Amino acid sequence: MINAKTRYRCGLFSLGIAMLSCSPSNGADPIKLDPALERVESSRIESVARAVPSAVSVFVPGGGGGGSGVTISPEGYALTNFHVTSPAGSFMRCGMSDGNVYDAVIVGIDPVGDLAMIRLLGRSDFPKAEFGDSRAAVAGDWCMVIGNPFLLATNLKPTVTYGILSGVGRYQYPSGTLLEYGDCLQTDASVNPGNSGGPIYDAAGKLLGIVGRCSFEKRGRVNVGVGYAISINQAKNFLGYLRSGRIVDHATLGATVSTEPEGGVVVSNILESSDAYRRGLRYGSEILEIDGRVVQTANDLQNVMATLPNGWRVKMSYRSEGNTVETLVRMMGVHLEDELLKKMAGALPPPPPRPQQPGQEEKDSDQNDKDSEQDEKPEKNENQPPQRGPRGQRPGKPPVKIPQQVKDQLVERKGFANYHFNLVEQNAFIDALRSQFPAADQPTQTSSTEKKKAWLIVGETDQTPPQPVTIQVAADKMSLQIGQKTLEINKRNEMYDVVTDGTVAGLLPALDAWRRMLSDGPRKFGESYYLGTMPLGGERPLRDVMVGIAGELEVRWLSHPDTGAVEAIEVFADRDEDPAELWLLREGDSQVMPTSLDLRYGIDSILKIKIKSWEEVPASDLQWSTEKKNANNAGNIKRMNSVGASENTNRPEVKS
Amino acid sequence: MNRLAAITLTVLLATSVSDLQAEAPLGTWVRDAQKCVVKIYGAGGLKGLEAYQSGFLVSPEGHIATAWSYVLDVEPVVLLDDGRRFESKIVGFEPSLELAVLKIEATDTPFFELKEEPTVDWGDPVIAVSNLFNIATGNEPASVMQGTVASVTDLNARRGTFKTPYRGKVLILDLIANNPGAAGGAVIDSDGQLAGMLGKELRDSTTGVWLNYAVPANALRTTIGDIIAGRKTTVIDSATATLPRKDSHNPTALGLVMVPDVLETTPSYIDTVSTGSPAARASLRPDDLILLVNGQRVDSQRTLRSLLRTIDRRDNVELTVQRDTQILPVTLQP
Repeated sequence: MINAKTRYRCGLFSLGIAMLSCSPSNGADPIKLDPALERVESSRIESVARAVPSAVSVFVPGGGGGGSGVTISPEGYALTNFHVTSPAGSFMRCGMSDGNVYDAVIVGIDPVGDLAMIRLLGRSDFPKAEFGDSRAAVAGDWCMVIGNPFLLATNLKPTVTYGILSGVGRYQYPSGTLLEYGDCLQTDASVNPGNSGGPIYDAAGKLLGIVGRCSFEKRGRVNVGVGYAISINQAKNFLGYLRSGRIVDHATLGATVSTEPEGGVVVSNILESSDAYRRGLRYGSEILEIDGRVVQTANDLQNVMATLPNGWRVKMSYRSEGNTVETLVRMMGVHLEDELLKKMAGALPPPPPRPQQPGQEEKDSDQNDKDSEQDEKPEKNENQPPQRGPRGQRPGKPPVKIPQQVKDQLVERKGFANYHFNLVEQNAFIDALRSQFPAADQPTQTSSTEKKKAWLIVGETDQTPPQPVTIQVAADKMSLQIGQKTLEINKRNEMYDVVTDGTVAGLLPALDAWRRMLSDGPRKFGESYYLGTMPLGGERPLRDVMVGIAGELEVRWLSHPDTGAVEAIEVFADRDEDPAELWLLREGDSQVMPTSLDLRYGIDSILKIKIKSWEEVPASDLQWSTEKKNANNAGNIKRMNSVGASENTNRPEVKS
Repeated sequence: MNRLAAITLTVLLATSVSDLQAEAPLGTWVRDAQKCVVKIYGAGGLKGLEAYQSGFLVSPEGHIATAWSYVLDVEPVVLLDDGRRFESKIVGFEPSLELAVLKIEATDTPFFELKEEPTVDWGDPVIAVSNLFNIATGNEPASVMQGTVASVTDLNARRGTFKTPYRGKVLILDLIANNPGAAGGAVIDSDGQLAGMLGKELRDSTTGVWLNYAVPANALRTTIGDIIAGRKTTVIDSATATLPRKDSHNPTALGLVMVPDVLETTPSYIDTVSTGSPAARASLRPDDLILLVNGQRVDSQRTLRSLLRTIDRRDNVELTVQRDTQILPVTLQP
């Protein structure tokens, strides 16, 4: 405690000393500093020096405002606020402290969380910020905000303001219809219009968050000692989603909660179609923990939910009727896709103002009324002319010309901020898929022979005694044989049924999708896109997720971020029911054959297979049962297997 | 410069052994201060009038010091740092300090001790802890902000510039501490001691500049101590008997014509003063607001009438009235 106080004094007085040493000195001797003070001060100088190079000053071409940003990768990927990029659309210019101005292209946007990813072009060795851990930050920590307040950084030198964290885990109610700041940081370091989108660093120069909002009230649109930043841990959750080039949405549990007077977060309403309901969460259940974070109030839960992307599956524990349940829960989107696009159009900041006087327009704040909490009652601001021109350009000037290198990385498509970056990820996915087992050890086939290729997988169940298993997957026909039982799928609609019925045959559509993705690629597979990253079974690291929709089935491949190895394939038939999940277990890298397959519905494993061989054979070599059995016979097999696998599958039994 | 040098020297001595790092969290010290700060909810909620403010515990028995304001026009609700919620009672207030003391039914609460001597001077670093803008709700800790005491001075010199009845010394702060809801918050020094209480928002009427200031803790100490000890309570003594109408005082006999009593708790504003009456002799004026009668709080005209009923008509009546930004003691002689 004494240390903390002393350090505080040290921190403050070293500032004072620094000022003293600047004052004209009448003596020859410079002021001597105690080594301890000097260490504090030089460490502060080092931190600022470490942090400044990654700060970005964002300018909307055509003089339509701007803001700040921060680079997070040598390739030039940078984070900023959605409300900073939205007036610019897809192209902006970014200044950095090296004195250069770089063209930048939009990558992905998160309108609800007010985050946007952009990419600065022209270098492959951009300085980047080092991520900190915003969960470890506490009120009272020293911090600094670096950015472009009042768009002053026309000389490309960002402004540094210093202060402390005034609060952590703050929740700020949605402003307008979209923006919601959950689990955010509050600071007294000066945050002014133009700082939006810029970095907040801890005292060591590590990135803590993205500055985005201030409390403005009757004192005008200037700092009143309260600035907010989106926590870097929230941003980390969204990085993969943003990299997908999509317009991303936030998560909801599908339930409302209230804080009990005695403490505890209790479900007050729940959607029966939600995954939380399928996992047994009911009215009156007490939620204890979600995504590894203990929640004790409704605000706590809201804070966690606000940091999660739509579609994530995270760990949850709750107490219901005296039982504590540990489970996994899939999140729903806060919005339907079209609803988000519609709301977004309504939430776009007004177009930038026309310049009132020559030379004044650059000094206008970033044109984002969205970062004000009190949009409706700001005092008359003389820098805020009432007339506004069309967005992104000034009247009387030609439209902003988009440079070729930006055009090369820009593909417009509905639902996407920039489809180009999704294509990049799709290509990375299919390349990784084609370089791993079982495709890796196959010589490249010509398309005519590929069609004839089929998979023959032989193994045994993990029951005692084990039962032999044979899986055959060909282009239009597949079968699963366990012991004496054989299931065949001959028509595509049977694939839908085996998944909704929750049968062991659910692994066939998963394998079929994999085989088809390998041979057809994402463009021919159906409607395919890269979703982003999410945990697998509630566990990090975040896996890359590729989505392919073919007919009524939506298939997701979850691959390890480092090896690219597919670890799970999920097949969704009905949105309101559990998908079939085929988990692949490997001992070794992605080149080797998986050692076992694990088929799960919900959180229950219903079939585990140890693989003995997995071969690619001509379709003509496969043997099909003579008596055509319907795949729905799987129901019998499931009952049989559930003895060996998991007892508590509470899904309805299928009719045979 | 000498002053800074001297303090620097102290720092040198204190830090010679400690391992200084760039990351210098204020840590437990700030957290301890947050635990003493409470959120207060009361009247208001209309445009420009926030229904919340801050306060801090000053005794282990749940006494809370806060700013005397319209928020306290109803019995306020108090939320402690741990999220516990209490109904509170206003046990005393001192209009000339813009100070009120509340009491909640809690024991073993953490609290700030009030020192007799000033704990800070100009140039000293301070932390302000308050629930400005009502950012923290429930069990969320109050906001902390850092800065320096820019000067210790009195607002008295510029009477009329700032609309406040407070006439003593104030700590002028270089941080933007006095925001909506911050009034009643704590200012602490680098030893974690209470240095002052954040005042209500004040704006220079000529320049429009908002003032950031605190009332020093030592200026509040005696009054808070007296209120806690019961020596200076403004709570109405219910044990005092109501006298027969003919034997007691009443507003009319004293020459007080109040504004029409149309609300359940109509404030005790004087409408007119009858010529030649005790009120006229004491120079009371229209628009004076009666705050105290014989040291007891007047929250409405109804209370005023019932308090006067307890005083013998031959005895003097001690009033405390607010006239614009002045707090005046007035004695009415029958």
